[in-house]
Amino acid sequence: MSTIDQSKIRNFCIVAHIDHGKSTLADRIIEKTGLLTSREMQAQILDNMDLERERGITIKAQTVRIVYQAKDGNEYIFNLIDTPGHVDFNYEVSRALAACDGAILVVDAAQGIEAQTLANVYLALDHDLDVFPVINKIDLPSAEPERVKNEIEDVIGIEAQDAPLISAKNGIGIEDVLEAIVEKIPAPGGSPDNPLQALIFDSVYDSYKGVIVFCRIKEGRVKKGTKIKMMATGATAEVVEVGYFGAGQFIPCDELAAGMVGYLTASIKNVKDTAVGDTVTDLENPCKEPLPGYKKVNSMVYCGMYPADGAKYPDLRDALEKLKLNDASLNYEPETSIALGFGFRCGFLGLLHLEIIQERLEREYNLDLVTTAPGVIYRVYKTNGEMIELTNPSNLPDPSEIDYMEEPVVSAEIMVTTEFIGPIMQLCQERRGRYVSTEYIEASRALLKYELPLNEIIYDFFDALKSRSRGYASFDYELKGYEQSKLVKLDILINHEEVDALSFIVHADSAYERGRKMCEKLKDEIPRHLFEIPIQAAVGGKIIARETVKAMRKDVLAKCYGGDITRKKKLLEKQKEGKKRMRQVGSVEIPQSAFMSVLKLDDD
Amino acid sequence: MRELSIYIHIPFCVRKCLYCDFLSAPAGREEIESYVNLLLREIKKQSIFYGDHRVISIFLGGGTPSLLPAADVERILEQIRRCYPVAADAEITIECNPGTVTAEKLHHYITGGINRLSVGLQSTDDAELARIGRIHSCRDFLESYRLAREAGFGNINVDLMAALPGQSVDSYRRTLERVTALAPEHISAYSLILEEGTPLYVNRSSYTFPTEEEDREMYVLTGKYLEEAGYRRYEISNYAREGFACRHNRVYWRRGDYAGFGLGASSMVGNVRWKNPEKYASYAAYVEQAEKREADEVQVLTAQEQMEEFMFLGLRLAEGVDVEEFQSLFGKSMEEVYGEPIAAFEAQGLLRRKGRMLALTPRGIDVSNVVFAAFLF
Repeated sequence: MSTIDQSKIRNFCIVAHIDHGKSTLADRIIEKTGLLTSREMQAQILDNMDLERERGITIKAQTVRIVYQAKDGNEYIFNLIDTPGHVDFNYEVSRALAACDGAILVVDAAQGIEAQTLANVYLALDHDLDVFPVINKIDLPSAEPERVKNEIEDVIGIEAQDAPLISAKNGIGIEDVLEAIVEKIPAPGGSPDNPLQALIFDSVYDSYKGVIVFCRIKEGRVKKGTKIKMMATGATAEVVEVGYFGAGQFIPCDELAAGMVGYLTASIKNVKDTAVGDTVTDLENPCKEPLPGYKKVNSMVYCGMYPADGAKYPDLRDALEKLKLNDASLNYEPETSIALGFGFRCGFLGLLHLEIIQERLEREYNLDLVTTAPGVIYRVYKTNGEMIELTNPSNLPDPSEIDYMEEPVVSAEIMVTTEFIGPIMQLCQERRGRYVSTEYIEASRALLKYELPLNEIIYDFFDALKSRSRGYASFDYELKGYEQSKLVKLDILINHEEVDALSFIVHADSAYERGRKMCEKLKDEIPRHLFEIPIQAAVGGKIIARETVKAMRKDVLAKCYGGDITRKKKLLEKQKEGKKRMRQVGSVEIPQSAFMSVLKLDDD
Repeated sequence: MRELSIYIHIPFCVRKCLYCDFLSAPAGREEIESYVNLLLREIKKQSIFYGDHRVISIFLGGGTPSLLPAADVERILEQIRRCYPVAADAEITIECNPGTVTAEKLHHYITGGINRLSVGLQSTDDAELARIGRIHSCRDFLESYRLAREAGFGNINVDLMAALPGQSVDSYRRTLERVTALAPEHISAYSLILEEGTPLYVNRSSYTFPTEEEDREMYVLTGKYLEEAGYRRYEISNYAREGFACRHNRVYWRRGDYAGFGLGASSMVGNVRWKNPEKYASYAAYVEQAEKREADEVQVLTAQEQMEEFMFLGLRLAEGVDVEEFQSLFGKSMEEVYGEPIAAFEAQGLLRRKGRMLALTPRGIDVSNVVFAAFLF
């Protein structure tokens, strides 16, 4: 396939609210285009990370090139670019969208439009994508396709009356979708004769090929030997291979030209050189300006990660290095905790991102981790005029040096059925939310807008939202900015010693409540010692809550029968083993689970 | 000649107690008969390994050894005497449960050379006994005790248990009162331990156990009450009147040689530990080959393991461990090997030095597991 007719290319993505069937539809499209037999299909081809499959979400954008024999007799090349489905990855979504010319909007025939549907469709429209809707799950008894069509037209303002009615799960209406792709999504523009201008929308690290850069060629062409330059990072390299995406594999080809989606490799060692959103150009014949929309992705949530076994510190460092190769949005730097020893302060896009990294470290790298409470980046304005961005609560300057502090605030949109507006508004109030507006989408559904401090939503806001709306509320947010706030550092003292890894920043009004809960949790977690252990929560040296772990007063192994010493020794060994899994803070041994348990303060 | 203690395991009982995870089960006449025959053969076959040993104590434990017909007990003891030199003053103990002995049986014990009786009473409160599945009443105990004295037993141990379900500090004190009133020579007092898999463990939620505070109070009361009644705590859970510390028991703590015969019995001779098979069929097969001594689990103790045991077993005894003995056994000073934990525990008041002996303090006894665990490598 040396020359590809640009007019027969369709670059598109699928946008949807989580669970509305995006990945299933993608699978069906791949299946129907005949690239793969049903036997080869795993349940969901695009989500090829285990973790993704388990969580039912797409973490890294996946892309596939397929060939479709259309009813007009022509063969079309479809590049389906899968996008992440979580608010943590909004920037990745925006770059993936920028690589497309159109989007399929999947809406659940029973659920209708949800907060993420809106957020994603607006993102798509912002990128000038031609969006056409499909109504999925029409075979559900509760499906109301007509209502949903009207809703799409009313709320989003796009034509929906001839939207394909499909069931991705059961393969109904997929042909209609394929034809609609040909018909409604425009062919890409650009000219192969212009200087190279390609958008990086993702990259993965491969230990043989180095970084594999996923890109959309907007202008020009690239092939083996082309000397390229990343315009934002300034990195240069010589292309070793170009190709396109088979299902789950990379298929080399001679050249990628304007309008095409594919990959290139150039012996690049690190994904930080190939930042998502950056523009690849020809070093010798560069384009005039980079593509718009590049921004450096900043971590929103930070936590400390420590190896449970201190000796595994180098392993953790290596593992983070490797993950970082693949994930430019992961940040980390070494830090030392008195309680936990050597570890890293790691920055993430959000809590989901944090959890994913944590799970990957544990599963793929077999590391046992101790994680400190996640926090956001606070801005501390000192009396001397200096401003520091605080990611680790223990680095908070002395209160006498602090003029004031600011915390990040997000604009949140919550879609909720009207019956739950009350409980959800209450939840937002509890989380220090500032009410902005209520928009009624239709009689029974409303879009609540709130401004919420980020640190109030990173823990369990989403869970609380779901439980207070019986699962019906959906949620989306974006960073709004920083606002001054009455913040304090809550310290935990165990046996009168401050445990740095347990300190965190909290709003002054909730300090007492959090402190009390933490003390209670820790009391259950810390085993009895030979002496009594006070557990105290303190703000600025003032104790605000206290619990006590009573002294162990009896630990006697009485029974020893018929001289069976081995059995007795096993019990002692168990006791000794238990001690090894503890962290020594002063004279107190704290189980690792204690550090984690405080992350789950709102369970009860 | 080296000293040897012999343990004979009798894995039979009338009915299993609800807390019991020892190797025992109800059995019929024929099973008992064939088991005793196996035992006799094992005792004989194994004797070739103990040519330079002299037996200083024999302990028939179980299960409920007193379930055996007196004639079987006599045969076992005769067999031991036939195959091993038994010291004239050897301590020979049999365990019995209240209600399983008769005057006649006790008489046979005496004539067979048994000079110490260990009675599994646990509590004098019938409701408490019933709750843990004991088959006897307090009255049965009193009767058996009387018979034992009448038969001429001058060295009787009574087993007691604290922290039983439904037990109160007061009822436990009554048990102590009633038992000390009888003035047995020896009292073993344990706290109930819920062993996984036992009915008591499985159904633990349907019982009311003493609170931690009560458990602790009973434990403190045991020491205090018994010492006031003239008993000396010579080991963590064993109390005896002057001169009646159990010699057999001491062998375990002092790491003397002992041979265990019978199903699942443990032995340690010359720093080698082993355990007989726990399944009847395997045990029978093992006895056929007993002259080869191919036990199930053989562990040749390394120097480190010997040191660990020296510490955590020896410290169970009131007198503690002998610092100089450690040096002469291992060629290293105790200070060199365990200096750090010892210093820490001394500072915390859990261990104390007295001449060449290092022993747990009363507080150290209370939390002895913590101390012992620190001596493991």
